[in-house]
Amino acid sequence: MSSIIQVENVSKLYRLGASQHRSYTALRDVVAEKAKALVQGFGSKNESPESKSRDFWALKNVSFEVNQGERVGVVGRNGAGKSTLLKVLSRITAPTKGKITIRGRLASLLEVGTGFHPELTGRENIYLNGAILGMTRPEITSKFDEIVEFAEVEKFLDTPVKRYSSGMYVRLAFAVAAHLEPEVLVVDEVLAVGDAQFQKKCLGKMEDVGRQGRTVIFVSHDMRAIRALCQSAILMRAGEASETLSVQEAVSLYSGDVLPNATKFPVVHDDIVIHSYKATQLGEWVDELDGGEKTVITVDAEIRRSLTSFRLGIQIKTALGAEVCRSLTPDWNEKHENMAPGRYLFSITIPANFLAPGSFIINLTASRYGIQDYLAYDHIDIHTIVRSPVDFNRAHLGEPIPGSVLISELWSIKKIEAGI
Amino acid sequence: MLTSNSQAHLSEAVVSPDSRSIESQRVTVIEAGKQEKQYWHDLWSFRELLYFLSWRDILVRYKQTVIGLSWSIIRPFLLMIIMTFAFNKVAHLHSGKIPYALFVMAGLLPWQFFSTALSESSMSMVTNKDMISKIYFPRLLIPLSAVVVSFVDAMIGFAIYLSMSIFYHVYPTWRIILLPLLMILTFLPSIGFGLWFAALNVKYRDFRYIVPFIVQFGMYVSPVGYSIATVTNPVIRNCFYISPIAGIIDGWRWALLGQPLHLTGFSTAILTSVAVLVFGIWYFRRTEQQFADLI
Repeated sequence: MSSIIQVENVSKLYRLGASQHRSYTALRDVVAEKAKALVQGFGSKNESPESKSRDFWALKNVSFEVNQGERVGVVGRNGAGKSTLLKVLSRITAPTKGKITIRGRLASLLEVGTGFHPELTGRENIYLNGAILGMTRPEITSKFDEIVEFAEVEKFLDTPVKRYSSGMYVRLAFAVAAHLEPEVLVVDEVLAVGDAQFQKKCLGKMEDVGRQGRTVIFVSHDMRAIRALCQSAILMRAGEASETLSVQEAVSLYSGDVLPNATKFPVVHDDIVIHSYKATQLGEWVDELDGGEKTVITVDAEIRRSLTSFRLGIQIKTALGAEVCRSLTPDWNEKHENMAPGRYLFSITIPANFLAPGSFIINLTASRYGIQDYLAYDHIDIHTIVRSPVDFNRAHLGEPIPGSVLISELWSIKKIEAGI
Repeated sequence: MLTSNSQAHLSEAVVSPDSRSIESQRVTVIEAGKQEKQYWHDLWSFRELLYFLSWRDILVRYKQTVIGLSWSIIRPFLLMIIMTFAFNKVAHLHSGKIPYALFVMAGLLPWQFFSTALSESSMSMVTNKDMISKIYFPRLLIPLSAVVVSFVDAMIGFAIYLSMSIFYHVYPTWRIILLPLLMILTFLPSIGFGLWFAALNVKYRDFRYIVPFIVQFGMYVSPVGYSIATVTNPVIRNCFYISPIAGIIDGWRWALLGQPLHLTGFSTAILTSVAVLVFGIWYFRRTEQQFADLI
C-alpha cells in the first residue's frame, strides 16, 4: 500500500531572537539599527556570530511515512518538536528544509474551538468553524444535525457561545472538527479537555474515522489515549523523530524520557537508596500535568538502617524559583519520623484544581533533620507544565492568572436586595 | 505545491477501490523554500471562507454594540458636516451650483471606504492571530474580508448620499451607471494597500501606531473636503494625482455630480491602483509563510 503521508528530511529552524526573545520586531528598532549602520559607514554585512547561536532547530531531518487508514501517535517531552511537526504537516508554518507529500485532504485540530466567536450563537459558530476548517456550506448543512447531536447542544443552538459552559463549548468545537471528512486528520492534545465521558466519545469517534479508511495522526501526553487509539507511534526527542515504533515500545521509551534525571538513579547513600521519583496522573507517567486532575508523586526508596528524625518530601516551586509549598512525610504524622529498614513506596497526592496554569518544579528532598541531607547536591527535580483545568472559565484563560495556586471552591452569590 | 488530479486518480484507482476518496483525492507537496503553486487553487476552494469571515465581522459588529448600524451612519455624516463647515464656511471654498455638503459627501464615500479598509485590514491579521497560528487557510482571506466589511459600511454611506441628493433635489445623471466600475476601481488600492499594511503589521508590531497617522494625513492630501480644481499651480496639482485616491475621488464626483474629470489624473489613478494591488499581493505572499512564526 502506498503511503498517504511521506515526510522526507524535514527540518524547521526558528530564530529565537526574532520571535521569542523579544516578542516581536519593532519598526523603530529596525529603523534605529539601519540608521546606526549608515552612520558607522557600510559596516560588516555578514551576520554576527551571536545571531547564529540563537538559531534553534525545532525539527531535525524528520522522515517517516504513514499509510492509509493508520492511526499513528506522536509522543515526546515538551519541546521535543511534536507541535512544530503538526504545524508543518498542516501547513501553518513552512519547513526550512525537506519535503512532505500528502495524498488527499488534511485537516488539523490543534486547538479546540479556534475561530469560535463568543458573540455568535452555536448555530452560527458551526458554520463559521466548519468553513474555517475547510468545509463547504452544503457539507456543513448535511452534517449539521449529526454535529449538534454529537455535541449535545440542541437546546442552546441559538445562544451565544459565550454563555456556554466550558464543557459544552469544547463538545461543540470537537464535534465540528470530528465531522469533517478529510483523508488525514491531525489532532493535538484535544482530548485533554472535556470530561471523562466525552473523552471516551471522542476517542470512539476518532477510531471510527480510522475504521473508515482515514488516517489519524494524534499527539498526546496521555498515554492511555495513545494506547487506546493508535496502532503505532513515533517518539520525538529534541527535534528528531524515531522510526515508527509499536505503541508499547514508544510509550515505554517516552516514560523513560519523562522520568526526572533518569541517569541519576539510583541515588545511593549509606542510609538510603532512592530508586525512582515520578509524577503520575491516572496511573500514567506524564511530564505535563492536567490542572484538573490529581497528581500522584511516588518515590521508590530503600531504607538501609533504622532512621530517626527522617523526612522525605517534595517542595513545589515556580519555574522562577518562588516557593509554593512543601510537603514532608512527618508533616501530619510524627510517627513517620522513625523508619524501619525496608523498601518503601512513598506517595503523596497533589489535589486537582490546586496549581494554577504555569510552569513548576517539584523537587525531592530527603534528610534527617539537623543530621544529614541526602539530596542536598543531587537536585532531583520534576519540571512540569500545569495546564488549566477544564472547568476553569475559558474566557479568563487568555489573561495571566497571578499567583501559583487556585482556590477551587465556588463563589456563593446571594442577592440581598433587589436593584433598581 | 503541485496538483495533479489525473495522476492521483490513476494511482488511487489501483490502490484503493474506495470510491469516496477518489474524487477528492489530490496530492499536496510541501517543499521548503518553494512558492506554493497550489495557493491560488486553495484560495478558490476556500472562497466560502471569505464570505463567512465577512459575515462574522458584520454580524458581530451589529450584535455587540447597541449603536451598531447607527455608528456607520453617524460617523460619515458628522465628518461630512465638519468638512462642509471647515472648507465651505471657514475657508470659503465653493463648488459651483452643487450644494457643498453633497460635494463633500461624494468625495467622502470612496475615501471612507478606502481608509476604513486600510485600517481594518492592517489590524485584521493581529486580531485573528489565534486562527493564523492554529489553522491553515490562505491568509489572504483575512485582510480581504476586512475590505469586504468596509465595503458594506461604504454602502451605508451611499444610502446617506442618496437621501441627501433627494433632500437637495440634485439627482445623479446617466453617469451613475458607471459607478459600479468606479467601485471596483476603488477596491484595487484598498486591497493593495490593505494587504501591504497587514503584512507590515505582522512583521513590525509598532506599525499599527503609524497607520492612523497615515490615514489622517491621507485625508488632507486627498481632495475629500475640497476640489483639486481650486489648486491653480499645475505642478502642485499633478502632485495630488500621485495618490490613486485623488483620481478616484474625482471619478466618483464625475459619476454622481457631473463634475469635470481630469483625464490625466484619472488614468494615472487606474495605473497606480493596479500597480498598488500587484505590489500588495506580492508583498503579502512573500511574507505570508512566516506569519504563523511571527505573530
